[in-house]
Amino acid sequence: MSEWWTYTLSDFLLFSPRTYYRLFEIYNAAIWPAQIAAVGLAIAILVLLRRGAADRGRWIAAILAASWLFVAIAFHAHRYATINWAAVYFAWAFALEAALLVWIGVARGRLPFERPSGRAARAGMWIFLAALIAEPAAILLNRGWRSAEIFGVAPDPTAIATLGILLAAGGRGRWLLLPIPLIWCAISGFTLLAMKSPEAWMPPLAAVLAVSLAISQARSRRRRLAIAGR
Amino acid sequence: MRQTDSISRRDFLASVAAAGAASILGPATASARPDAAASARPGSILTRPVPSTGEKLPLVGLGSWITFNVGDDATGRDACADVMRAFFREGGRVIDSSPMYGSSQAVIGYGLRKLGKPPQLFSADKVWISSGARGPQQIEESRRHWGVTRFDLLEVHNLTGWEEHMPKLFAMKAAGSLRYVGVTTSEGRRHDEIEKIMRSHPIDFVQVSYNALDRDVEQRILPLARERRIGVICNRPFRRGELFGKIGRAPLPGWAGEIDCASWAQVLLKFIVSHPAVVCAIPATRRVDHVVENVGASYGRLPDEAMRRRIAAHVEKL
Repeated sequence: MSEWWTYTLSDFLLFSPRTYYRLFEIYNAAIWPAQIAAVGLAIAILVLLRRGAADRGRWIAAILAASWLFVAIAFHAHRYATINWAAVYFAWAFALEAALLVWIGVARGRLPFERPSGRAARAGMWIFLAALIAEPAAILLNRGWRSAEIFGVAPDPTAIATLGILLAAGGRGRWLLLPIPLIWCAISGFTLLAMKSPEAWMPPLAAVLAVSLAISQARSRRRRLAIAGR
Repeated sequence: MRQTDSISRRDFLASVAAAGAASILGPATASARPDAAASARPGSILTRPVPSTGEKLPLVGLGSWITFNVGDDATGRDACADVMRAFFREGGRVIDSSPMYGSSQAVIGYGLRKLGKPPQLFSADKVWISSGARGPQQIEESRRHWGVTRFDLLEVHNLTGWEEHMPKLFAMKAAGSLRYVGVTTSEGRRHDEIEKIMRSHPIDFVQVSYNALDRDVEQRILPLARERRIGVICNRPFRRGELFGKIGRAPLPGWAGEIDCASWAQVLLKFIVSHPAVVCAIPATRRVDHVVENVGASYGRLPDEAMRRRIAAHVEKL
């Protein structure tokens, strides 16, 4: 892309806000009642996090993987691609995240939840809850319930919820799982910002919080290990 | 008198229908024509000849960037078809699109089928792919989306891979599967390269951004286009709506009546199309009232040079 400095956010916007919101209306109508199943899966994650089952990390990873794969196929490949040629690449990225979740979280069990305490882990839970409740509520107020974005079937709440879960999880495997949700939050934030959507701040804020908390969490763990090693 | 010709709406419709019957659609679809009802307009529709052939085109076309990218939404597609219906009914001909515009090409194709393939259509599309080898395949996909026998005009979008595409486009033109060849840019980018192509290749059209505030092309591109007998199509006539934000609630000046303008949109469009190098402007919209208003700028008196300066100065001050 030549003279890239002359481009603005709106130069990359291929559709109008009206078309984008309408896309979610049509999508929600087409996949109904998948939203009910998605809410059920979100509740299942909450239950798994509260109960001390030994393999809950694998179950949570499996639910997240199913959600990312569903969004990859049903939303990006089949719906968003009709108005955005880049959605094909988004579909592949979401499918890759699903594969990583299966590999790291399910097959290798590298998403343990042994220590869900601590500031970052608690913040992760709040981010997860925000993805389940606050994000859909904000959209509900701005656009109406027909174009609601729900965890497990829509990209933004799925990405934000995953960031929250990864903060609450231990293990090094999460570092491999963070980039795609973070990149998506940036892309979605720019898209919503270009459309002047009131909820444009939510995905980038979740991404910034997740990155800064994850880094601070890793530093404090290293400090604890260093103290323990003396 | 500017280099603008006018023909009566009835003559115009009759001639394009006849031309369509003879050369484009065949007898089965030759009776397809826009609705009879048309808005009351001052005089007849204004056209300007394509410099390389003399073919006359109305001064205002229809763009499809963003507005026609509605995907599979049946409501949105019907709304776009209604815009196209009104566009043809008011005397419009040039519709512009690109593979870059998401579903816009398919939506145009839907509209054309719904309207019975209006014979007056002047189809302007683009090739937008860096690989020259894959250009013909993309052009064929675009043609299928539109549902046309051939494109009237194909331009290299934003000069993407132009060195490889250009020979193929000229070969298509020589073979009769394309009528005109061009290149595009927007927002004032790569003008030096555009100039180079204008000087070195026998293109028919160049598409650039031009409006009452963005007038860089007046310095070199538009004079060169006249010198080289290249038609100019103008995109971003309203700066993607930004100009209306700038104008806000400013009242329409009294002098707008002197050039038969009933709205700011018509003033802004007449500023563009009154430049003698410009063949047409291509505003995009998804509203029927707006397309009627836009095509309205193809009627009545055009501003002279003094009035053009007045318009630019007035808009700058707002």
